[in-house]
Amino acid sequence: MSVGLLTSVALAAGAAQAAGGHAVAAKPFILTEHLPILIVVIPLLAAALTAMLRNGRVAWAISLAVSWILPILAVMLILQVEEKGIISYALGGWAPPVGIEYRVDIVNAFVLLIVSVVGAIAMPYALRTVELDIDEPQRAWFYAIYLLALTGLLGMTITGDAFNIFVFMEVSSLAMYVMIAMGRDRRALIAAYQYLIMGTIGATFYVIGVGFLYVVTGSLNMADIALRIGPAFAESSPPVMAALAFIVVGISLKLALFPLHVWLPNAYAFAPKFATVFLAATATKVAVYILLRFYFSIFGSAISLTDLPITEMLLILSIAAMFIASVMAIYEDNIERMLAFSSVAQIGYITLGIALANKSGVAGSVVHLMNHAAMKAALFAAIGAILYRVGTARMSELGGIGRTMPLTMAAFVIGGLSIIGVPGTAGFISKWYLGVGAIEHGWWVVAFLIVASSLISIIYIGRFVEVAYFQPVSEASEKGSDPPFSMMLSIVVFTALTIYLGLDTAWSGQLAEKVAAVLVGGLAQ
Amino acid sequence: MNEINPGLLIILGALLVPVLPGLLRSAYMLALPVAVFLYLLGLPMGELGQFEMFDMTLTTLRIDKLSLIFGYIFLLATFIGVIYALHVGDWLQHTTGLMYAGAAIGAVFAGDLITLFVCWELTAIASVFLIWAAGTKSAHDAGMRYLIIQVASGVILLAGIVFFYRETGGIAFNAIGIDTLAGKIILVAFGIKCAFPFMHNWLQDAYPEATVTGTVMLSAFTTKLAVYALARGYAGTDLLIPIGTVMTAFPIFYAVIENDLRRVLAYSLNNQLGFMVVGIGIGTEMAVNGAAAHAFCHILYKALLFMSMGAVLYRVGTVKGSELGGLYRSMPWTAGFCMVGAASISAFPLFSGFVSKSLIMTEALKGGYFYVWLTLLFASAGVFHHSGIKIPYFAFFAHDSGKRCKEAPMNMLIAMGIAAFFCIGIGVYPAPLYAILPYSVDYVPYTVEHVVTQLQLLMFSALAFAVLMRTGIYPPELRSTNLDTDWFYRKLGYNVGSTLLLLGGDAVKFVAAQGGNAFRVFERRLHFHHNPDGLFGRTWPTGLMAFWATVMLGGYLLVFYFR
Repeated sequence: MSVGLLTSVALAAGAAQAAGGHAVAAKPFILTEHLPILIVVIPLLAAALTAMLRNGRVAWAISLAVSWILPILAVMLILQVEEKGIISYALGGWAPPVGIEYRVDIVNAFVLLIVSVVGAIAMPYALRTVELDIDEPQRAWFYAIYLLALTGLLGMTITGDAFNIFVFMEVSSLAMYVMIAMGRDRRALIAAYQYLIMGTIGATFYVIGVGFLYVVTGSLNMADIALRIGPAFAESSPPVMAALAFIVVGISLKLALFPLHVWLPNAYAFAPKFATVFLAATATKVAVYILLRFYFSIFGSAISLTDLPITEMLLILSIAAMFIASVMAIYEDNIERMLAFSSVAQIGYITLGIALANKSGVAGSVVHLMNHAAMKAALFAAIGAILYRVGTARMSELGGIGRTMPLTMAAFVIGGLSIIGVPGTAGFISKWYLGVGAIEHGWWVVAFLIVASSLISIIYIGRFVEVAYFQPVSEASEKGSDPPFSMMLSIVVFTALTIYLGLDTAWSGQLAEKVAAVLVGGLAQ
Repeated sequence: MNEINPGLLIILGALLVPVLPGLLRSAYMLALPVAVFLYLLGLPMGELGQFEMFDMTLTTLRIDKLSLIFGYIFLLATFIGVIYALHVGDWLQHTTGLMYAGAAIGAVFAGDLITLFVCWELTAIASVFLIWAAGTKSAHDAGMRYLIIQVASGVILLAGIVFFYRETGGIAFNAIGIDTLAGKIILVAFGIKCAFPFMHNWLQDAYPEATVTGTVMLSAFTTKLAVYALARGYAGTDLLIPIGTVMTAFPIFYAVIENDLRRVLAYSLNNQLGFMVVGIGIGTEMAVNGAAAHAFCHILYKALLFMSMGAVLYRVGTVKGSELGGLYRSMPWTAGFCMVGAASISAFPLFSGFVSKSLIMTEALKGGYFYVWLTLLFASAGVFHHSGIKIPYFAFFAHDSGKRCKEAPMNMLIAMGIAAFFCIGIGVYPAPLYAILPYSVDYVPYTVEHVVTQLQLLMFSALAFAVLMRTGIYPPELRSTNLDTDWFYRKLGYNVGSTLLLLGGDAVKFVAAQGGNAFRVFERRLHFHHNPDGLFGRTWPTGLMAFWATVMLGGYLLVFYFR
């Protein structure tokens, strides 16, 4: 633990040095050249600032400002990448592959956009919910920790260094454990503890895998590893395959691939409401990005993945996730846990696309990163609003909530339709890509299973919709009314995004296809 | 994309309806179809509104003569439907009704299968509210069945589209044909919505349960949308000729014995669809013309008939043949309009049905389908019988039921008047209708031969009815429930199962019980493992989680090692 924190401090120093170094060299400081480091350093410094100020409102304002700046930087990065190609940013003046390199291509620029936009939209939601969930002395700490988690997630995404990923993974994970543990529910502590153990095991597996890679290639820079791994594999395959196994299992823990998902439902259900919204939409997505990177850009570039049974294993686990997690969602009474199980199922769709390993399938995975972030954030935000007003998320106590909280439930219904994959919502686009990918691959059964598992989601979404609209207003529901404006704003924007991404796929689809082309294009035949 | 699909305009326009107050809302709803019609007139022919999605080109607006004629009649039907429903205060019905109409219009102008699919599903979802709005238990159940079947049609369509995309690499909606697997699947989807035999029960089940005004809207769009889709995708498919022929003939028997007059009309709707399907199956230019023209006329006179029965239901509270009679004194206008509709559907010369149906009949004879022609002839006689005579006779004449009521509301009369005007107008002067048909027409409906044949047919049919009524052989109007083929899957399956259990002795009982048990055990096991306290659902101890992580790692390593 302390290693992670120390490294992050060292990193901040390095970043400052990087900025300072240029100033000394009398080169004019051009903002756009330093975007890659700014997107990490701004939230990091803001975290320190909020921690020092110790005032909840001020901390929120700072977090809001930072969260709204970051998407602008992310968009600028995407534009730069589209214009000039891959951006390589050497940290501290040390040239890669020896020094740490921040390397931005269209793949991680896309993920940066997702994470930063979710943060930006979710931030207004934090104002009231954090006031309810966290006592004033700790509120500033909470925002500092949120900014650290954001830093970690953005850092994991942007860095081109395999060990640096581990460092940022620890930064983000430790921050998340703390965020979850701050939940009002006493079970939050147990949930955070379990997440801590599992997350640490995952990170350890990952770093062991990176160690194997370092042994055989002598490099920690991912682009460099990708170049060297082919010859190394030809020379001696067992260490490379051990590295693959460790890294895939380690990341699978982080992204909650069935059956390594067990930490997730409680962590989401008992965390503070804002933390749930933010984590559900971002944490697993970044882990998926790491898997994409290693799977396609590093291992896939050297080894023909179809020779290894890894595709089949990923496929089976994905399908198991789609079905078993969905069935668990059906039997769940706590709606937050139900949505968490649904997340596990949705992650199954994402890894399914990875297993397909063709352009449409991977595009489906990539676009689902964004689409699922939008719809799940909308759903969790809506349930958070119900918790905020009514104080319970148990379906059995929420009869008729649709009549007392009409806007909130409308958002839930739209998000739910998207989970099901109804045309006109974001979920349809993802499933369409995945279906096309499965068919292109010749896996007709898989295409059928995608549709069949969607039918299960009709049941669990429909169950709550029926309770909310067709049952008499319960005692608890009578207390309900739509939440304050700041919360409603986040809910509405997430919901609108869910519809927008379902109707206008001009840029999200194109972007996802570009990303998929980059990933699949790097595969060895 | 500058040009917007007119259907989308109506759908978006419908969203304004709930927020407008009283009179303004009425004016707005009347203006909407008119405005969209003017907008449609200004649009150029061709494939418009194209944009790229994924690797495919979506053509959200394709205007050619085939889509135009359906677009015109759908807009006219929307206009009439709105007038007819003006007295209704329920915004939900107005909004969903307009969205339903908009979706159907959108589907007609869809140039690709994805757009078609989206509109296809939207018609299903929007229209079910017109059934549910009736508010009765049976309406709720029938609506649910209707929704399930319609959504199933959409899902099958989607599956077909996926196959189609794989087989052809495109999604343009043109001739499909049944040679490919995709073509067969899509035909099933269209067939459900077109109420092919054995897939037709949703129609007679749901339409009579809908609200007074809802049935009028329902009768216009869903099935005719399917007719349009068939004409676009399957013109000239021989299989459609026998299907259509059966459709024309078999509903007649049900229609004759049915007591609920709106259900009689639902059966006759099915029979009229048969004519169109036959026309599409023959597939020559004139036959497709006939199908399109018949759809055009049919929407008007069928709506007129449903409107007149709706007016009766609205004023009297029932449309059971056994409880009605003698209403012509109370509702003379409605009775008159009903008879115009009846004359049109029976294809009396000088009424609209005559000029469209004869196109199909002539083409059937010309194409050498003699037995088909004979069946259509029989069906025409049957139509005259149950829709032409039975409906007006039992509702407005027959023995006086003693019921006295007010004439239908003014807006209903106006709506019926407009429809009746078109029914007679087209019958007397068919040239404008012929001008907007998909292919050019050089057909003269009013020849001595046509007129004489048709009159003979009608007269003998009338004679048969009169004789049967006089001699008391005609099946009396009884309060009864008639079994249709859905009995096979709704009742027979159940009964056979229970009969077998009774008769088959222990062996069958055992097997069936095991089957039932197996399902129960499966469900219980599913619940056992997946409920919040079950194996998968409960919170695992941390050690167990870690154990599984290790197992996974070991699994990967082993598999890689022994690959």
